[in-house]
Amino acid sequence: MNRERNRFREREREMGMERLRELTPIVKEALQNTARVANFFCLLHFTGAYMCTVAKLVGPSMLPTFNDGNLVLTERITTRSEKVGSGDVVLVRAPDDPRKVVAKRVKGVEGDVVSYLLDPKKTDELNTVVVPKGHIWIEGDNAHNSHDSRQFGPVPYALLHSRVFFVVWPPADFRSVGNKVLRF
Amino acid sequence: MTTKNFVWNIAKKYFTAGLIGLTISDRYASLTAVRGSSMSPTLNPHAGNSSRFAFDDYVLIEKLCLQKYKFSRGDVVVFRSPSNYKEKHVKRIVGLPGDWIDLSSIDTLRVPEGHCWVVGDNAAFSTDSRSHGPIPMGLICGRVTHVVWPPQRIGRIDGTVSILPEVQVHVSEEH
Repeated sequence: MNRERNRFREREREMGMERLRELTPIVKEALQNTARVANFFCLLHFTGAYMCTVAKLVGPSMLPTFNDGNLVLTERITTRSEKVGSGDVVLVRAPDDPRKVVAKRVKGVEGDVVSYLLDPKKTDELNTVVVPKGHIWIEGDNAHNSHDSRQFGPVPYALLHSRVFFVVWPPADFRSVGNKVLRF
Repeated sequence: MTTKNFVWNIAKKYFTAGLIGLTISDRYASLTAVRGSSMSPTLNPHAGNSSRFAFDDYVLIEKLCLQKYKFSRGDVVVFRSPSNYKEKHVKRIVGLPGDWIDLSSIDTLRVPEGHCWVVGDNAAFSTDSRSHGPIPMGLICGRVTHVVWPPQRIGRIDGTVSILPEVQVHVSEEH
């Protein structure tokens, strides 16, 4: 009786091992595919966070340089190495809503003296401001319809997200972006 | 030929591991050391004593809060200094947008939209919002949740705000 029971258990174990052996290559392949997807995601994160990414511009505040709906290439190498200068178009995390990233032009870096019209529609009064240490002054090219440093003051450098260097969409606008304001 | 393959394989493995580690540390959670005594006794309780030799606390920072930027009063956060982009500070959020802060007996300030008021637990030795004003929440890099070193102080950071005599917070009705 005992021998029969032992033989039965042995056969059960063998069947179990066979099943496992059948499943292992499938499990292995599933794990490998997950690993490949994870690697790809990490590579995507690395390029997006440290090198270059695409962004869609919304709103009229950078007319006529950029239109609503332009797709641009932005890079993060100059922002991380603190080489952003006056005239560059940058993406900045808005100081009044950290979930929004806005595109504006840098008009002054720390130590610069910036003058701007207090109210372009009503008066000609100029207000002059010295940009404090560690901050930058950003303004939209469309002075009449732009919510920028003239309203919320100088922005800490750490809020800089990336620098815009190329327009890729629509195809008619395909061009590189410099630090001169376009005059039409 | 085989040693070159071998070295290449090892290099690939290290590169992949590094990339995965970097992504996790940027997006989900990372560890860092805390220096200074501005958050005593919550963090670095012995840093101010010159007589005792103490190691810095290591803390776990979680970055999932940066998806929605939803913080509460009492959260200990890491943020980049507004006056020096390279420095990171650790302080506790005491005021959210819309709160009124009493700076002294005669001066009151309202925390603007998208900003927060941060104060160190060791108020006498801390440079925080009382010196450079409310900080934009976009500067925040993560929220400190646990102390992971030294072993006798492993544990969760509690989210209660101690009452500071210099800073009285009047909570606005919307929160």
